Amino acid sequence: MLNDIVFWLLGVVAVASGVAVFRVDSMARATYALAISFVAVGLILLIFDLEFLGVITVLMMVMEMAIMAIYMIMFMGMNPALMPMSMVHGKRPALVVATGTFLVLAAGALLIPWPERRGAPASHLTVSLGEAIMGSKMLVMLTVSPVLFATIVAALVLAVPGGRYDRLGDDLRRRPDFHRPPAGDEQ
Amino acid sequence: MSNVEVVEASAGWVPLAAVVLLATATAAASLDGALAARAEGRPISQGLQMPWAETARLFRQRRRTTLAADVLLWRVGVAALLVMALMKVVVIPLGRWTIGDLSVGVVWFNAMDVVVWAAVWLAGWGPNSAHSLVGGYRFLSQALAYELPLMFALTAPAVGAGSLRVGDVVAAQQGLWFVVWMPVAFLVFMAAVVGFSVWGPLSTPAGVDLAGGVFAETSGVDRWLLLTGRWALLTAGAAFGVTLFWGGGAGPLLPPWLWVLVKTAVLLAALVVVRRGLPALRPARVIEVAWLVVLPLVLLQVLLISVVVVVRS
Repeated sequence: MLNDIVFWLLGVVAVASGVAVFRVDSMARATYALAISFVAVGLILLIFDLEFLGVITVLMMVMEMAIMAIYMIMFMGMNPALMPMSMVHGKRPALVVATGTFLVLAAGALLIPWPERRGAPASHLTVSLGEAIMGSKMLVMLTVSPVLFATIVAALVLAVPGGRYDRLGDDLRRRPDFHRPPAGDEQ
Repeated sequence: MSNVEVVEASAGWVPLAAVVLLATATAAASLDGALAARAEGRPISQGLQMPWAETARLFRQRRRTTLAADVLLWRVGVAALLVMALMKVVVIPLGRWTIGDLSVGVVWFNAMDVVVWAAVWLAGWGPNSAHSLVGGYRFLSQALAYELPLMFALTAPAVGAGSLRVGDVVAAQQGLWFVVWMPVAFLVFMAAVVGFSVWGPLSTPAGVDLAGGVFAETSGVDRWLLLTGRWALLTAGAAFGVTLFWGGGAGPLLPPWLWVLVKTAVLLAALVVVRRGLPALRPARVIEVAWLVVLPLVLLQVLLISVVVVVRS
């Protein structure tokens, strides 16, 4: 009973803050309204006893939104990000697509013949979920993820101004120029 | 060492947990005030009263308002530091008792310190002031530096205990505290505590070169909340360090809850004393050291722990 109330409460919060993303007039507010929506969804997962997934959703989404706010404000240029602005554009097509997607998904959820539960829930839900999703692909994941991670780090190391390769040259043999201001201090 | 089994206390004890956190944070602030007073040649007793004097001063102060401030986000950011410190304490056992013995307590702590990212940035964004905003951005760049090492530093005790439940991590330290065989993880964790508390060498988001950074435009109760939140975060961080690495409530003679408080006090005092001798670090420099030196080191630490765990089992 209490779980039902909390579920519906969090559901309303998630939807309402999702709506707020498009109704508010500032980038920062829109970003953090979206963060609240995700946090509410993460907390709903806690009600399903998916503790790891719930907490990790909160963690990842808040982190992502904190970084996303920076990018949104940066790429919007100074004016629109810092002045009140509308969060929607291309209203009519967006409305059509959004309504269509909602109807399809909702119809799917309501009309699909859901299978009956067979057996009892596993004792370690996170472990079994992980194995169900990735079990046969674990080797691929284990190979791909370090490669992806190394690619990201290498790209950053090469690209970042004021990094090693910027200061010491491509073969890292140039003597550092101590008179040059550190990155971010030019201008 | 006595056997410490962690059990969940009833919800009625929640206010007490908050009081213990704030009392410990106040003691740390008193110590800091006393050290400052000694350094400046003022009477030490005056320094010890600093938290109370500052509270009295700030509670009577008028709130500063700025032009076109985003008041809602500002207030949220200012209040969230203290709230997040309280949320962290939920999973930190005081000896035998804990408020919430979550099966993923370690991740919970991590999630709460990520919310601090949002809080500090919002506190910087809210007042519509350049100095505050630069402070908020500095915090995020610093957070990117300390967060990954912190995550792996938290992974080490979890791997050592074979569980993300804080109670299991404490129980796994019977006989040998984790700080002994995962010292790198411990040091990295403490550095991250310094980072998310905007403290000492990692306090440039609130630096004097920015006229106070995220603190620049706050006054009155807002400033009190930010300062208190920062002390509370530092305290919660020290307490979690004790729990993960210093055996929690393990120790002779004294009851477990007192051991937790004593150890936390020692760690907290170390954080307060050490920062006086350390310079503030540029966020851009911090990220280079964090990613090129600290991250590989802490990964090696996790690897070592994993190998030990696999070989032992």
